[in-house]
Amino acid sequence: MATAEEYLRVTGLHAFYGESHILHGMDFSVNRGECVTLLGRNGAGRTTTLKAILGLTGKRTGSIMLNGREVIGWPAHKIAHLGVGYCPEERGIYASLSAEENLMLPPQIASGGVSVDEIYAMFPNLQERRKSQGSRLSGGEQQMLAMARILRTGARLLLLDEISEGLAPVIVQKLGEVIRTLKESGFTIILVEQNFHFAAPLADRMYIVEHGRIVAEIGRDELEQKQALLHEYLGV
Amino acid sequence: MSEIFGIPIQAFMGQLMLGLVNGSFYATLSLGLAVIFGMLNIINFAHGALYMAGAMLAWMGLNYFGIGYWWSLLLAPLGVGLIGIVIERSMLQWLYKLDHLYGLLLTFGLALILEGLFRDLYGVSGLPYSIPEEFAGAYNLGFMFLPKYRAWVILASLLVCFATWFVIEKTPLGAYLRAATENPKLTQAFGINVPLMVMLTYGFGVALAGFAGVLAAPAMQVSPLMGSNLIIVVFAVVVIGGMGSILGSIVTGLGLGMIEGLTKVFYPEASSTVVFIIMAIVLLVRPAGLFGREK
Ligand SMILES: Nc1ncnc2c1ncn2[C@@H]1O[C@H](COP(=O)(O)OP(=O)(O)OP(=O)(O)O)[C@@H](O)[C@H]1O
Ligand SMILES: [Mg+2]
Repeated sequence: MATAEEYLRVTGLHAFYGESHILHGMDFSVNRGECVTLLGRNGAGRTTTLKAILGLTGKRTGSIMLNGREVIGWPAHKIAHLGVGYCPEERGIYASLSAEENLMLPPQIASGGVSVDEIYAMFPNLQERRKSQGSRLSGGEQQMLAMARILRTGARLLLLDEISEGLAPVIVQKLGEVIRTLKESGFTIILVEQNFHFAAPLADRMYIVEHGRIVAEIGRDELEQKQALLHEYLGV
Repeated sequence: MSEIFGIPIQAFMGQLMLGLVNGSFYATLSLGLAVIFGMLNIINFAHGALYMAGAMLAWMGLNYFGIGYWWSLLLAPLGVGLIGIVIERSMLQWLYKLDHLYGLLLTFGLALILEGLFRDLYGVSGLPYSIPEEFAGAYNLGFMFLPKYRAWVILASLLVCFATWFVIEKTPLGAYLRAATENPKLTQAFGINVPLMVMLTYGFGVALAGFAGVLAAPAMQVSPLMGSNLIIVVFAVVVIGGMGSILGSIVTGLGLGMIEGLTKVFYPEASSTVVFIIMAIVLLVRPAGLFGREK
């Protein structure tokens, strides 16, 4: 895509948890409006990549250009204000907050977020359960809430970690539709996925992560010819 | 009817009121401890010393600068809160990742230093602080005389405790606080400045202690030791109520104050130990405290 502008460029990113060295020089980029997926085996370092972008790991080195700015040294609470929304792997629904409080918690960081009415139209269950305590929601409801609450804020880059994990097929399908809608309205999305069959139809490009590095990049039209790579790294 | 269980109603109600006054202090202090513990994971042993500092600041304000009770009620807690913010920024912030024990030891050391400082300056004999004239005298309730200042202490403490509870449990700011208490990293990833909130929370928690100190100044002797006398009971209250529960610390504080007062009526010998006896029983039956959640 020659015309596309980069929203995120990660170069030579190393990240640590305490003494453990987890990312060993990640290099990749995401263009505005693109949906990119990070695939890889368990423990490959995909969650850590998202956390490193957000400033949630320990020490980091290398470069993270976000929306034209170098953010490698920034504290976590400033990074969100560049338009980043995060849906964590463990969903991160606050048990001590009601569903509605969870939804309203992330502060508005830019105009143009999805309105609460639209969100409730997208996820009718959440409206029914809005007075429930976060800890009382089902896994599927928690996942929808974790997605919904970052749409409200005006974030334009969504970091979504394993949103299809452990959910019933209908809900996975529903989430797929939501992602498609979001793409159409111009969101930039990084999907970390285990589920190749969920990610493949949604992604414009795929990166394969192994041992804290990008080991392959596959464009949407190269799926056929790079079948062997996919088989080697992911077993699909 | 002029007697309850063979005790003159005047004496009974008088002790109950006094118990409620003490309970108000327990509630305000243990509430501050609970808020601080929830957010910072630190058991603030300096709480008693900062309560004392609140009373001392009120006394100093009056005697050196002619600042009266009402202004002190506002300024002394602000001063104590500011001291708290300096403590948090310069020392506590480096301890969050370590065991509770480090924070406890540091704040214990700070308490000793603060108390030592005021002891050196003012001795231990206690300084007088007179009741503001609006509250001189007592209400005649028919069955008892209620000193106006005691009524004010109870009312003011309840208002402050209720307002704190309301802000934490019912407002968007409180939702930030609860979220940051539960999952600070994620909350920060949403763009909320958690380190700032932690600093302000500590400042607010100790300002509550400073507020209680100003309330106490006319009711008790202002003395460098007033904090350490009280804080032991307050920690027992916190253990009974369960660390970290907002409502629990308020209810337990008031309740134990009243139980203490009633013990003075029925079995005065036990009045200074009854809280600790209850603590032992609660620890046996519910180790996490009455309102605490087991981890
Ligand atoms: N908090 C932590 N402290 C130390 N090591 C960690 C921590 N979190 C993850 N790791 C290690 O970092 C490596 C990468 O983990 P990461 O969670 O990024 O993998 P992943 O690709 O997301 O895989 P998964 O499918 O399991 O989610 C793993 O070896 C893991 O053990
Ligand atoms: Mg992961």
